[in-house]
Amino acid sequence: MTEMTYREALQKCIVDSLERNPDVFIMGEDIGRYEGTFKVTRGLFPKFGSGRIIDTPITEAGFAGIGIGAAMAGLRPIIEFMTMSFSILALDQIINHAAKVHYMTNGEVKCPIVFRGPGGAAKQLSAQHSHSMDGWYAHVPGLKVVCPATPADVYGLMKASIADDNPVIFYENPGLYTVKGHVPDDPDYTVPIGKAQILKEGKDISLVGYSRMTQVNLLAAELLAKDGIDAEVVDVRSLLPLDTETIYNSVRKTHRAVVVYEDWRSGGFGAEIAARIQEDCFDHLDAPVGRVGGLNVPMPYARVLELECIPDENDVIKVVHKLG
Amino acid sequence: MAQQAEYKITESAAELEQHLRDMLFIRHFEEKCNVVYRQGKAGGYMHVYIGMEALAVGWMRAIRPGYDYVITAYRDHAHALLLGTPAVAVMAEIMGRKAGTAGGKGGSMHIYDPKNGFYGGWGIVGGHIPLGAGLAFAAKYRGEDRVTLNFMGDGAANQGVVFETLNMSGLWDLPCIYIVENNEFAMGTRLEYHAADPELWKRGLPFGIRSERVDGMDVLAMKRKAEELVEYVRTEKKPVWVEVMSYRYSGHGAADNDRQLYRTKEEEENAWQRDPIARLKRQMMELGYLNEEKFEAIEEEILADVEKVYEEADASPFPDPTEVYDNIYSDMKPEAGH
Repeated sequence: MTEMTYREALQKCIVDSLERNPDVFIMGEDIGRYEGTFKVTRGLFPKFGSGRIIDTPITEAGFAGIGIGAAMAGLRPIIEFMTMSFSILALDQIINHAAKVHYMTNGEVKCPIVFRGPGGAAKQLSAQHSHSMDGWYAHVPGLKVVCPATPADVYGLMKASIADDNPVIFYENPGLYTVKGHVPDDPDYTVPIGKAQILKEGKDISLVGYSRMTQVNLLAAELLAKDGIDAEVVDVRSLLPLDTETIYNSVRKTHRAVVVYEDWRSGGFGAEIAARIQEDCFDHLDAPVGRVGGLNVPMPYARVLELECIPDENDVIKVVHKLG
Repeated sequence: MAQQAEYKITESAAELEQHLRDMLFIRHFEEKCNVVYRQGKAGGYMHVYIGMEALAVGWMRAIRPGYDYVITAYRDHAHALLLGTPAVAVMAEIMGRKAGTAGGKGGSMHIYDPKNGFYGGWGIVGGHIPLGAGLAFAAKYRGEDRVTLNFMGDGAANQGVVFETLNMSGLWDLPCIYIVENNEFAMGTRLEYHAADPELWKRGLPFGIRSERVDGMDVLAMKRKAEELVEYVRTEKKPVWVEVMSYRYSGHGAADNDRQLYRTKEEEENAWQRDPIARLKRQMMELGYLNEEKFEAIEEEILADVEKVYEEADASPFPDPTEVYDNIYSDMKPEAGH
């Protein structure tokens, strides 16, 4: 195990994968010579060259589509979006093409591609650069969607995503890049897609979240402990497929659940998780399923307004207390 | 940009007859599709290739089948048939049957046959153009000399993603031939109403891409030009943009019953003067390779073949409802139930 940041773990996984499989390449805006806006690809260009670390023009739909075509021919592209907000320009390519080709060919063509990048609010990037679109993608059959919250998971899930024969949306919250943690040194280390985990055990309430909200839930759990509430933190890790078993087992134990997500509260993926818990665990619930989501507003610029929009540990604690 | 040069016919009688048979098979297969659609045995959107046969035949006979990549939009039956996809599987797919190329999951617009180099079969106008560039990218990445034929209609030539793709193709020298099947109409909108400059062949020029306009109603001229351009891409490893002048005798899709909203009967009749099948027939007769009697015999044989194809396809069952979850992913199924 080595302690490193989320960004370093992600980069290490990409490097390990490039070294081990010549079919893997990475393509995106400013990822080569400029080393990436969020510096995930720092140092890769001199090491692997312009043939595998490919700087693209600012044409998201076009290079996403070229990646999809290359994947259809058997390569394993990693497509970086400078921010996931820019993936909106490539939605037709991702949803109408990548997510459909396996089905429309009845399994004849595979599309092993990873679309990755920072999604969600960074710091004062305002309305057009702060989208949490994980739920949009998790709505689409044919895609897999992973949202790792820790350095070990970002390594292990990226490894699994690159190895996956299906298109994977790999969501990195910019607020996670500097989070530190221990990562196994084994270059074969993999975290299977579709497995949630319990990051902190507890008996009173389940805090269910993913991506940076898992870190928020860990903080909330610490603070709740001071009030004598023993919260369990369920890190969903993968939205599609969703490991309902781990979530349900937790809820059946604690009898209470709050689902926390950064996306707009209305219609975000947390709403889906909450609906499933109430459908399938109703008899085990002692209170309605609580939800904490981002405010239903375009992300504002001023820091004080921005912080108002993003769920934090106090918002979580408030809802926990409200459930009684 | 040059008009097609005159050429000398050097093909053997057998070769010419094969081109004639290819075009006749497509024509009658597509006619049968129209019948099948009218009988309610096919649904959704279906787009036939009647009038454009020389275009696909010329290109498909200029590549290495099963090695080179081919991708197109939803007017896709002809490309698959010429690449060797069993006609029964194509017809069965159009009829939504188990024996179809995609087991009934794709339909007329989504015919695929990757083993023969055919990557579809795509429904969003212009949307597959970057995918074709991606196939070419993969060939280049691996150091192979495969050529990709990336077909689109004239309507697709306006899509933003096409320009994005051309830019990257020029920038990266992708071994891809972008072929605009200009049949004069984007659905029901004539070229002059949808293109600021109807000379679509020029659109590769700003990206440093060799660009040409060629006649697609003459199968022998088409094939000569296709061979020249395929050879250029294979050896020079650079892209090509080519506008092929053609005409769609049928409506846009099988549901397009109002052709007179956008063109006159007189125009259609005039266009039949350029019928590529009639042209090759004439050329072969002039050379003494064909007479009316033989032509009729060939046509009857093909009509019988198409009928047999239809019957075999019609004998295939519909897919089982339980198959609905199959092949969404390579390794899992989504959450089941309503």
